[in-house]
Amino acid sequence: MSETIVIAEIVKGVVHPTTSELITAAHALGSQPVVIVPCADAGVADAAAQFSGASKIIAAKSDVFSNYDAAGWAAALDAVTPAGIIVTSASPQSKDMAARLAARRGISVVQDVVKIEGGNLTSPIYSGKAMQTVSLSGDAVVTVRPNVFDASGNDGSGEVSVVDTTGNVATAVQEFMARASSRLDVAEANIIVSGGRGMGSPANFSHLEAIADTIGAAVGASRAAVDTWDDIPHSMQVGQTGKTVNPNLYIAVGISGAIQHLAGMRSSKYIVAINKDADAPIFQHADYGIVATWEEALPVLQSSLAAMMA
Amino acid sequence: MKKPADEVQTFINLFELVEVFLWSVSTMANIIVLVKQVPDTNARIVLSGDRVDLSAVKKVMSPYDEFAVETALQHREASGGEVTAVTVGGAGADKVLKDAKAIGVDKIVRIDCDSSLDSNALQSILASVVSSLGAEVVYCGKSAADTGAGSTGPGLAERLGWASVSHTTSVAFGDQLSVVTPASGGNARVTVPLPAVISCDKGDIKVRKPNVKGIMQAKKAQVDVHAVDAPASTVSIVSHSMPPAKPAGKSYQGGEAAAEVAQLLRDEANVI
Repeated sequence: MSETIVIAEIVKGVVHPTTSELITAAHALGSQPVVIVPCADAGVADAAAQFSGASKIIAAKSDVFSNYDAAGWAAALDAVTPAGIIVTSASPQSKDMAARLAARRGISVVQDVVKIEGGNLTSPIYSGKAMQTVSLSGDAVVTVRPNVFDASGNDGSGEVSVVDTTGNVATAVQEFMARASSRLDVAEANIIVSGGRGMGSPANFSHLEAIADTIGAAVGASRAAVDTWDDIPHSMQVGQTGKTVNPNLYIAVGISGAIQHLAGMRSSKYIVAINKDADAPIFQHADYGIVATWEEALPVLQSSLAAMMA
Repeated sequence: MKKPADEVQTFINLFELVEVFLWSVSTMANIIVLVKQVPDTNARIVLSGDRVDLSAVKKVMSPYDEFAVETALQHREASGGEVTAVTVGGAGADKVLKDAKAIGVDKIVRIDCDSSLDSNALQSILASVVSSLGAEVVYCGKSAADTGAGSTGPGLAERLGWASVSHTTSVAFGDQLSVVTPASGGNARVTVPLPAVISCDKGDIKVRKPNVKGIMQAKKAQVDVHAVDAPASTVSIVSHSMPPAKPAGKSYQGGEAAAEVAQLLRDEANVI
């Protein structure tokens, strides 16, 4: 069995809970992993000590990790990561880092893994229209889709050791531009409320936003909505030529379920579909399907969720 | 007869001319854009045995590569130079190069390899060909529509020892690039020194379409074929399969049912 190493998922400077799922995936690949936490402040790594199933925690400390730079992160992580199979998250940033780290070691990267069985790794291809299973005959970097593997648990008591590292940063951030709205991006959200052309007009997306604000969700859109209305930006687009998302809950409103939209959201843990057309393909993928106009369903959904969250 | 001061002035003028010349040479860019042929994204994918069967599927340029080609052409327009489109594949992949040529690239190169490559093998052969062609910048799509992996841009950059930025939605050209890329809570404007590999997302970019002249030129264009030896792959495909079918969900009629669904999202699904 190969040695496994987990590189913790860092979001907004803290260890993200999905790191625990990476530990589960590493066990499935063969061994109890070392968990490496990239951080500018070693205190950040303490949060990883609670996760069950790690052999030890290494806080990889470097100013390089203050801002994301692919070259700098790959170099600084390479310096402190032992040989073996490296597991990290299939978030956009970690996939980018994983590719550079693998190239730095002259090994391959397997992205977006959703299943590990008998040493074989399965990932969606053609945006989820098919699955590909591969085997490894050497070390590799493996990225794992969030919300697929179980969490490893929270009864760990791993010791954290701090190791200083560094790497040459290639790029420089000139400025951060905060999103105009404080709402989450679909790529970052655990819950997404999406609208399609069935919403009738971009102004009606305000009803989706109200629900999103109630439950802390992001607002997404289908390609048809993005292509039809200039007010719905591409950054909201979920689907094959937009973002591929994997939330716990995906609420599709007025979305028929074109193949390229399904490709971007079908692996969501739970799917709710609201559509007035009972034959819409989206219903075949919904855990909860409501045949109704959005005008009928959304006020009820909004008030029920608001009562629940109160 | 010139006064010494005039001679000095002439010398300075000459010097400036040379400097302007050198400057224009230094900013003329050798630009490479990577393109990949993939199944039409609207196509249904079917299996034959335990492998996908693409024989009946129309092949197109991977959608994000179209943004990379457009960005490469805009770079050429801003700084001068030449755009070379590079793909990896068998002779059937020439079509994607001709498509790029029709849109406006100058040269087309195919790395001749028809076998399945893992990321290490693919990036190794790309790195060797990019080095031999020579380039200041490589553009590619943020991911290919078939694998969705997004490994090629950053992996190639690492092998070349270059900077890389992925998922860019805007690129401004100069001695360095200034790109916009997603960052936690919004976007960041990032300065990228050259040489660099830039993986392009859609952003606000509108891609140009081929015109008749471009299509005629593409027909006549010669593909520069490079033979390479790829290192052995350590990732092997075991099988392809269809995604697991989802068990039938619960269905409801009428908007009032949304109240029950909301409750189930909390009690049954535990997601609210």
